[in-house]
Amino acid sequence: MTDKAVLTVEALTRRFKGGGGVTGISLQVGAGERVALLGHNGAGKSTLMKGILGLLPIDSGDVLVAGHKIGSAAARAAVAYLPEAVAFHPALTGREQLRLFAKLARVPRGEAENLLDKVGLTHAADRRIGTYSKGMRQRLGMAQVFLGKPALALLDEPTSGLDPIARHDLYQLIDALAAQGTGVMIASHALTEIEARTDRIAILRDGRLQADAPLNVLYARAGLPIRIRLQAERDAGALYAQFGGQRVNGAKVEFAVPQGAKMACLAEIAAMGTAVRDVEIIPPSLEDLYRHYSKVEAVPWQ
Amino acid sequence: MAMIWAIADTEFRILRRNRWLIIATALLASFALALTLAGATTSGALGVDLLTVSVASMTTLAVYLVPLVALLMSFEAIAGEAERGSLALVLTYPVSRGALLAGKFTAHLAGLAIAVTVGFGLAGVLAFALGGAGAESFMALGRLIAGSILLGASFLAFGYVISSLSRSVASAAGGAGFVWLILVVLYDLVLLALVVWDNGGVFSREFFPWVLAANPADALRLFSVTSSADQALATGMGVAAAALPKGAGLLSLLLWPLAGLALARFVFGRKIP
Repeated sequence: MTDKAVLTVEALTRRFKGGGGVTGISLQVGAGERVALLGHNGAGKSTLMKGILGLLPIDSGDVLVAGHKIGSAAARAAVAYLPEAVAFHPALTGREQLRLFAKLARVPRGEAENLLDKVGLTHAADRRIGTYSKGMRQRLGMAQVFLGKPALALLDEPTSGLDPIARHDLYQLIDALAAQGTGVMIASHALTEIEARTDRIAILRDGRLQADAPLNVLYARAGLPIRIRLQAERDAGALYAQFGGQRVNGAKVEFAVPQGAKMACLAEIAAMGTAVRDVEIIPPSLEDLYRHYSKVEAVPWQ
Repeated sequence: MAMIWAIADTEFRILRRNRWLIIATALLASFALALTLAGATTSGALGVDLLTVSVASMTTLAVYLVPLVALLMSFEAIAGEAERGSLALVLTYPVSRGALLAGKFTAHLAGLAIAVTVGFGLAGVLAFALGGAGAESFMALGRLIAGSILLGASFLAFGYVISSLSRSVASAAGGAGFVWLILVVLYDLVLLALVVWDNGGVFSREFFPWVLAANPADALRLFSVTSSADQALATGMGVAAAALPKGAGLLSLLLWPLAGLALARFVFGRKIP
C-alpha cells in the first residue's frame, strides 16, 4: 500500500431484493497501486464497482474517491471506468468517440489524439467502430480511461474474450496507467495473469470480502500444501510405500507436503539415492489459492 | 452547454450515418408529393387552391407519420446505450443526465425538423409550380410544418420515456409501437365510437373537443386545419374547433413536449445502468 489512498471504501453495503449484492466491504487503493478484484459470477464485483462509481445507490457505508464523496462532480472527474464488454456506437469512428469523451471529461482535444497513438489505434482512428475487432474496441475503451489522468481507474473484466496478444497489449496499457500514478482496480476471472500484474488481491465471495493482501501474504496465510512428484528409476512401488500419495503411470508418485515440512521431505528423497530419477516441486497455483479463499471444494488432485 | 452541444453533434452524426435522416426525409417527401399530385385532380371541384387541399391531406399524413418517425428516432436512445454498456460509462463522466437527454433531443429534433421541412416544403413548391398556391395556403403550410415539428418533439420525448423504462432495445421497440398505436390510432377510434354512441349528447358537445385537444396528434389537426375557413371545411374539424378557446391546439402542442421531456428526465433519472 502506498501512502496516498485514491479510493477508500468503508463498510459499503448494497443488497438486492432478490438476493445478491455486497455487504460490509472495506478496502483501499493507493496511488499507482494495482489491485485485482477476484470472485465468481455474482460474487458482487460489478455491484461493488458500480457502487464506487455512484451508478448504483448504496444502502450504507462511505466511499471516497481521491478524497471526494461519490456522486460529486469532483469524484466523477477523478475516476475512470471501463465497463465489461463495452461496445460503442458502431456508426462512429474511434476518433469521434474519443473526442466526445474528451469533451465530456473537459480535456483538451489534443489529448484524445495522443491517446489514440498510445493505444495503437491511430491507423484505424477514422474507421467506424463497427469494423473494429474486440481487441481494438477494448483498446479504445482503455484510451478513454487515460483521459484527464484519473486518480482511480476501475476496469471490469478488461481482458475477457481477448486473444493472448491483445491481452498482453492491454496489460501493458494497465501497467502504463499505474505508472502514471493512477490507482487501478481490475475485476477479473483471468487468474494466472493477475499473478504477475497486480500488487494486491482482493477476493469477494457472496458479496463479502474474503481476503485483501499481496499475493505472497495470501499464500503464507493460506498455508497450502506443496505437491511433490517423484519419478522412479524402475518401479514406483518403493516410493509409494515410503511417501504414500497417488501413483501415476506406474513410474511416478505424487503427494502433498505442508509448507514447513518441505526441506525435511527433500532430505528424505535425497537419502533414497538412485531409486529416484527425478523430482518436481509444484507450488500451489493461484487457482488453488483462489479456491481456498472462496471456499469452493477443490476437485481431488489427480 | 458545451456538453449538450458535443452530445448533440455526435448524435446528429449518428442520425446521418445510419441514414435515418435521409430515410425520414424521403418518406415524408414522397408521401407529401403524392398527396399533392393526387389533390391536383380534385381541387378545382372544391373551389380552393391546390396547396389548401394538399395541406389538409398532409395533415392527416403528418398525424400518422411524424409520431412514427419521431419514435423510431428516439426509442433506442437510452435502451441502446444501456444494452451496449456505454450508458454506464457515459454516466461516470461529469455530465448530468439532463444534459445527456438535452443533447440527444437537440440532435433528434433537428433531424426531424429537417425531414418535415424538406418533405412538406417540397410539396409546397410543387403546388406552387402547378399554379395552385396562394399566400394563405402557404401560411397554412407553415403552420403544418411548425405544428408537425412540435408534434414530433412530443413523441421524441415519449420515445425517451419508453427507452428509459425498457430493459432492452427490443422491448423499447415494442413499447414505441404500442404507444404509437394507442395515441395515434386507437385514441381516435375510441373517440369516434363514443361520439357515435353519445349521438350528439353531452359528451359530444362538452367533452369531446377537450379530449381531442388533449392528444398531441389530434391537437395538430386542430391547430393545422382549422386556421382558415377553407381548411376547416375541407376536413370537417371546424365544429370541434369552434367549441374550444382559440389556441387550444397550439397550447397542447407546446405543452406536450415540455411534459414529455420532464417525464423522460424523471424516468431516466431513476434508471440504474
